This record gives sequence, structure tokens and C-alpha cells, in this order.
Amino acid sequence: MSIALLIEQLLNGLQLGVMLFLMAAGLTLIFGVMGLINLAHGSLYMIGAFACAAVAAATGSFWIGLAASLVAAAAAGAIIEVTVIRRLYDRDHLDQVLATFALILIFSEGTRWLFGSFPLYLDIPSLLQGAVPLPGGGQYQLYRLAIIGVGVVVALGLYLLISRTRLGMRIRAGESDREMIAALGVDIRTLYTVVFALGAALAGLAGALVGALQSVQVGMGEPALILAFVVIVIGGIGSIKGALFGAILVGVVDTMGRFLLPKALALMMPAAQAGLIGAALASMLIYIVMALILAFRPSGLFAAQS
Amino acid sequence: MSRETIVNILLALLLLAVPLGASAMGEPFYITLATRIAILALAAVGLNIALGLGGLVSFGHAAFFGLGGYAAGILATHAFDGVPLFAGIPGTASMPIIWLVAVVVCGLIALPIGAISLRTTGVYFIMITLAFAQMIYYFAVSWPAYGGEDGLSIYVRNEFPGVNTTQPLSYFLICYAVLMAALGLFWLLRGSRFGAALQAARQNATRLAAVGITPFNVRLIAFAVSAMVTGLAGALFADLNKFVSPSMLSWHMSGELIVLIILGGKGRLFGPVAGAMLYVLIEYALGGITERWQFFLGLILLGVVLFARGGLLGLLAGKVRHG
Amino acid sequence: MKKIIAAGIFGLSLAASSLAYAEPVKIGVITTLSGGGAGLGVDMRDAFTLAMKQSGNKDVELVVEDDAQKPEIAVQLAEKMIQSDKVDLLTGIIWSNLAMAVVPNAVAQDVIYLSPNAGPSALAGAKCNKNYFNVAYQNDNFHEAMGQYANKDYKKTFILAPNYPAGKDSLTGFKRYYKGELAGEVYTQVGQTDYAAEIAQIRDSGADSVFFFLPGGMGISFMKQYAQSGVNIPVMGPGFSFDQDILPAVGDAALGVKNSASWSKDLDNEANKAFVEAFQAEYKRLPSVYAAQSWDTANLILAALSKASVKDKDAFRAALKAADFKSVRGEFAFNTNNHPVQNIYVREVVKEGDVLTNKIVATAFEHHKDAYAEQCKM
Repeated sequence: MSIALLIEQLLNGLQLGVMLFLMAAGLTLIFGVMGLINLAHGSLYMIGAFACAAVAAATGSFWIGLAASLVAAAAAGAIIEVTVIRRLYDRDHLDQVLATFALILIFSEGTRWLFGSFPLYLDIPSLLQGAVPLPGGGQYQLYRLAIIGVGVVVALGLYLLISRTRLGMRIRAGESDREMIAALGVDIRTLYTVVFALGAALAGLAGALVGALQSVQVGMGEPALILAFVVIVIGGIGSIKGALFGAILVGVVDTMGRFLLPKALALMMPAAQAGLIGAALASMLIYIVMALILAFRPSGLFAAQS
Repeated sequence: MSRETIVNILLALLLLAVPLGASAMGEPFYITLATRIAILALAAVGLNIALGLGGLVSFGHAAFFGLGGYAAGILATHAFDGVPLFAGIPGTASMPIIWLVAVVVCGLIALPIGAISLRTTGVYFIMITLAFAQMIYYFAVSWPAYGGEDGLSIYVRNEFPGVNTTQPLSYFLICYAVLMAALGLFWLLRGSRFGAALQAARQNATRLAAVGITPFNVRLIAFAVSAMVTGLAGALFADLNKFVSPSMLSWHMSGELIVLIILGGKGRLFGPVAGAMLYVLIEYALGGITERWQFFLGLILLGVVLFARGGLLGLLAGKVRHG
Repeated sequence: MKKIIAAGIFGLSLAASSLAYAEPVKIGVITTLSGGGAGLGVDMRDAFTLAMKQSGNKDVELVVEDDAQKPEIAVQLAEKMIQSDKVDLLTGIIWSNLAMAVVPNAVAQDVIYLSPNAGPSALAGAKCNKNYFNVAYQNDNFHEAMGQYANKDYKKTFILAPNYPAGKDSLTGFKRYYKGELAGEVYTQVGQTDYAAEIAQIRDSGADSVFFFLPGGMGISFMKQYAQSGVNIPVMGPGFSFDQDILPAVGDAALGVKNSASWSKDLDNEANKAFVEAFQAEYKRLPSVYAAQSWDTANLILAALSKASVKDKDAFRAALKAADFKSVRGEFAFNTNNHPVQNIYVREVVKEGDVLTNKIVATAFEHHKDAYAEQCKM
């Protein structure tokens, strides 16, 4: 195993982490401000990917598709917030889980209705094709580096938005005392819709970016959703910083586990068997990490509300 | 008799009458459908102990449902092939022994899962139970000995002393009896001092601690009992389908169990029964009408959450008196 | 209530008169019509109904239902079709794990099941059954063919598949015929979407070729990421990842890839030409291998129906086993375990105009039988 391969795998883990962060940031923001568990967040991710693929196919431009994915996901988010989600804020988590579970069914089958049963085509834009050299003699794909870059920009942007702007001030106020901010005359309904649409747009962005790497198909959001939940629970629900940290931890642990566990086991047993057991352990690894962290830090690493 | 009691009795009679009628008319499929309802209701009765009484929203009960199923599948496979399980212990095709194994295994696994999960509350609890279920799911998918993703077939339905279980109606009656027993257990638990402590732990844990009862212990026992009942349902489900696979362990299954409870009415004795009846009927009827049935199922579920709080029993028997 | 498509209502009853037994026949079709894997089930159903419609056989009634790719639902539908609809034949299941859930119980109730796609090894070997006919392939076949073909050009292959039974069968099947060295053997997670870690290992392994079995969305993700990564070690795999349902989503990344299948659109025989033409005319898309196998299944049933009554199980089984129909795959016969004896071809992904499709470049096996037939005591 060379140093270059190790660096490449670390970057792969980082890139997966960044994707998860885009999903998790919206999820944790929505929970932090509105106290809502949104299982349908994965559907918004799927909508982003489908919008990008469909528009890119029609116009021939990935970039127009990317813009469309933001618009489509934000619009879908705003629509479900106004029609459904709004009624769930003062319900318990159980009702929220069920209602958003129902939304998953509706979105998945609805998407299949619109786009048919076969996966869609979406490729990375020509501008970002190719690879860049890595120290140690390896190379790394430009598009994946760009995704890491997008993650850094979004993280910075969210930090500035929340700490420096008026909207961010309201979001922070909403997190700490919901009734107070309404009493202060802030239009809380609009604030909630905006926050929800923002979270949805981030999920849509993640879906579009990933759509160029993966298969754009119905049900693509569910694995991403489960991982995003693992991320925010590890990080501490409601904390953007926690989401960033949790996402990178999960991304790196998952990638390195898949890469290193079979190799480590191969020192002890035949290669074919090590491959099987290593793969089985690797698939359980992040859940084991999550259970361990929660066993010692029951409200995650960076709990926002104590 | 309260209105709820009357509704409960009617539901119990309805669930019994349909397969009897179907049997008389020579329509065995409706017996199978009713058996499915009884078993899913049983699984949800188990979850209802944790969720309805204890307020513990477990999003990982599929783990126990599946473990119970695998207990039945693995024991039956070893009995069928005549290969000992380990250390010379033989498999078995006897339902009472299988049930006992399923219940004990689920209890033993639920204790450590519960002990870790109960350190958390709220959304964290929902998610950590999901994480444990996912661990077991991935283990089952990738563990080759018992079929992995392909699952495990039970070639001959397991036996119950004195009953021909291959007869659909006999098997339904077994499941129905187990369901009634579990409902009895739920009813006893709810009325007992333990049940009072559990509900107090949900409403005001500090006050409970002040009278010298540790909420953690009460919740842990409730979680384990809940897992055991759901595990028993899993064993019955495996025998109904004569098949067990990791999909019984998937997070969709956990979600479905929660759906059953909310559809029927959370925390109510017959909530899971009403929910399972409604859910299976919707699934069956819609599936027959359109291949887009999941879309309409979603719409119906959404409607129930938004506009029919209290579920089916809330509509039929009015609101619950306490919160 | 039920989605019953009476094939007869489509009219055009030219062939009907040739039927020896004009009694109603009910066929239950359990397939995947919703969720992520629906594409395969839709192709299966479309080809099957089209074959029935073209035959003009008015006596065949189809009961089609969606299993949502869930084994429990498939089991329930099978029970319903057997007990309530009283179907004479069952078919339609796409996935091995669903077949394993449904088939052993259905055939034990003396219902004949014809598999249009899945072929798990258990049902080909020790647990074979006189009521189970596999019209598609045994699961190992395509992988064996690729292993055989790889011997020609490659000495050091990197192989990968998902960590579940079909994945292990795949790599076992490949290794059964491949004589070179393995550069690596990796099992990925079921449903995995990112293969950067595996691709990095492939680049590092010094392999001269890559064999992979990643059905559905997994294969699309892998192929896209592989092409984007700039690694140019040649790739090959079973036809599932390079068929008509998948190719549009993979795009040009798939061009030139060698893959194995028992059927290709350019197979030169009358039945195949008629099939491809009819499918394209009816549905405005190219058929996939699932559609082809389903078309054969339907025609096998029709051929058997013209010889024997479906109520006379022994005679009907014998009529099926004779496989006296015009297969789109050319020569087709059943082995002792009711699994196909057929050619397996190596195809290459090519572009015809704007459309990606396959053309045959070699024949890996002629009259190939599966490795499990000896274990079948029927």
C-alpha cells in the first residue's frame, strides 16, 4: 500500500463527508430551528438529482441543471412546508416521523410517475473532467476535489449567514426561544418557510452533485438520509458545527473501514474470507461508532441545546 | 361498558369472523390475509408497550421482529436438515420451543441495546435504536451461513402439539390466540403498578425518581418486554411466509410498525389491531387497483396524521381520557 | 379489484384455431412494478403481455401484480394467486431473493413456476423441483462465460461484487472458468453508491483487467465513477450492467465494454427479429435481456398449451420440458434439472446513431449447462 493510495482514500473519505454535510446541514438546521424530524429530506435530495438530470439533458448544460436543482428542491421544500410540515411543528416526534414517512412514499412514486422507471443520465461537466496530481505520485479526480471545495464554501457561507446576518440572528433566536421571537414581532411563519427551503436547497444541491457520480434513480435518497441522520446524531442535533464534524468523521471512517478492514483481516486469515468478513464489518462500522459515541455522549459531540 | 370496550370487542370478533367465514366459503386466501393482520398486530402490540405506555419511540423494532423470524428459520432449517445447531444441540420444528427461543433471544439482545439507548432521549433515542437495527440488518445481509440477502426458506411449517399447522385456519387460530394473550398482557401491564410507574416515567420522570423508583430500570424492563413480544410475532411471521429474510430487519419494517400503531391509535389496547387491519386492507386493495399504490398509501397516511389524530380508534371510540 | 388483462380482448385471433385445448388458462405474474428496480419488472411484463397479445390466444388470462421488490409481499401475492385466483401457472419474479421466498412453497403446492429471470443455485441443485422451470439462466452462467472469455486476453484480473449470495455466486462462477491470477477480490456493500475507495484499490493493484457484478443502480454508479476516474484498465462483466435498461443512464462510459449474456438484439434468427421489431413498435424502446427472456417464457407456455392441457400436470410438464418453441436465443433446450442448455455470448457495447446498445463479438460457451445439475435428483 503506497502513501499516494492512502492520501487518495483520505480524500475520498473527506469528499463523502462533504456530501453528507450538505445533507446533514439542512436536516440539523430544520431540527434546530423548528424542532422537526424530516424523513423526507432524502426525497428533496432525489428531487435535486432528477431536476439536474432532466434539465441538463434538455439544455445540454450541467450548470443550468445545477441551478434548476436548487430551485426545484427549494420550491418543493417550500410547498411541503406550507401545506404539510407547518402543521407538524407542535406535534410530537412520532407524528412527524409518520407524516414525513408518508411524504417519502408520495415523492418516490410521484417521481417514478413523472420520469418513468428507468434511471436517468447525468455526467460531470467537461470543465471538471480530468484529474490533478497528488503528492507521492498519485492523482485525484478534479470533480471530487470541486465537491470538497463546494462543501468548504457552503460551510463558510452557513457560518457567515448564521453569525453575521439578520436572518441568521432570527434563526439563532428561534433556536433558543421560539415564543419570544414571535412576541418580538418577527414573522415566524415566513422565517420557518425560508429556513425549510434553505435546507431543502442544500439537499437538492447535494443530490445534483452526487447525481453526476451515481445513478439518478428513485429511492436514491434513502441511504443518504440514514447516513445524514447518523451524522447529525453523532454531531449533536441542531449544531451546524457538529454536522460538519460528524459528516467528515462518518465519511472518513466509512471509506477507511471499507479499505483497511479487509486488509487488516487478511493478515490473520485467507484473503477471500477476509474480504467477506471485512466487508461485513465495514458495513456495520459507522453504526458501531455511532452507538459508542452516544453511549458516552448521549446528546452527541456538540450538543446545541443542553 | 365504555364505548372503547365495545369497539374493542367488535374488532376482536371481526378479526375472528372473517377467516371463519372465508373458510366456510372456501376462500383460503382471506384466512392468510387475516393471519397476516393478527401477526402484524402482535408485533405492534409489542412496540406499543414501549411506545404507547413508555413513550419510547423505538425506530428499530424491526431488529426484534427479524431476530424472532431468524430464530424460527434457523431452528427449523437445522431440524429439517438434521444438522445440530452447535455443541450437539439439535434444531427443532416445535413451535412452543421456537417461540421460547425467539422470546429469550430478543430479551437478551434488547437488554444491552436498551441499556445503551435509554441513556439518550427524544430524537437521539429514535436514531440510536435505528442504528442498532441497521447493524443487525447489515450483519444478516452479509452473513453467508443462513442465506444472507437471499433469506432462508422454511420448507415445512413448524409443528404445534395437537394442531395441524399446515391448515390455514388452524394456523390463524394459533396466531389469534397468541395475539389475544399479548393483548391480555398489555392490559395487565397497563393496569399494574409497573404500568403506572412506566406511564409516570413518561409524564414526569423526576417525580417518579422522588418516590424512589428509578425510571431507567422501569423503561429498560418495558423495552425488553416489548422486544420479546415483537420477537414472538417475528417467529410467527416466518412460519406464515415459510420464509425469513433481512427485509424483516429493514428500517422500512420499523417504520411500518410505527405506522400501524399511529393508524390505529397510540397507547390504546386495540390500537395495533385496528391499525394492522386498516394497513393490510389498504395495501391489499390499493395494490389490486394500481401499481402506484404506494403514492396513494402515502396520501392516506398523511391524511390520518394531519386530520385524524388518535387514529382509527380515535374516530370510532373517541379521544383517550389521559394525555 | 384485480388487474386482469384478458389477452383475448386484444383480438387478432388467427392462431387461436390451432389450439388443441381451448379451455381458460390463468397465469399469475408477480413482478416488480414500483420502486427503484421497477424498470426490469416493467420490461418483463411488457414483453409477456405483448407475446400473449400477438398469439391471439383468447383463453389465456393474466393476473399481474406488483411485489414492490419485497419478499413478504411476493409471498403474499403468490398465496393469493394460488388460493384466491386459482392460477394454473406462476411466473414473473425478477430477483433471486424473491424467487427463493416464493418458489419452494409454490411448487410444493403443485403449482408450476416458470422463472423469466432469477436462477439461484439452490433451485438448480439439491432443491430442484419438477414444477420449477427456469427459462432464463442459472445465476452463475453469465459470470462463468466472462471467466472463460477472460482467459483469452488477461492474466491478472481484479474482481468485485456485492456482499450477498448472488455476489458470491458471481465471483465463484467467474473463478470456476478463469485460469489467470487475481489482482484482488473485493466485496462491496449492498446498495453502495460510491466506489472511489474500490477504484483507488484497482488502480493500485496492477491488474490488467476488471470483472465486476453490480446489478442495477450500483453498476451505473460504478461505471460512471470508473470512467471519470481516468483508470483505463479494461472492464468486463455480466450483461446485467450493460443492458438496455441501464445503458442510457451510464452513457458513453460504457462504450466498448465486453459483457456476457444469453441474448442480444442482433442475434440472427427469425424469432428474434420479429420480437425486437414488435417490442420496438409497441413500446418505442429497445428490449432488454429481461424482455427477451420473458418473451421466451410466454412463447414456451403458449407452445406447451397447444400440446397439452394445463389441467393435466404430467402431460403439461412434459410439454414444457420439450421446449418446442421458437426461442429468440436460437437453440434452447432444458437440462435434466429444468434449467436451460443454451449458448452464452460475449457482447460489446456499441453506438448505433445516438443509441447505446450491444453487438455480439464472440461465443463463450455453446450449449452450456450449469454446474449444479448433477446435484438435482428429480
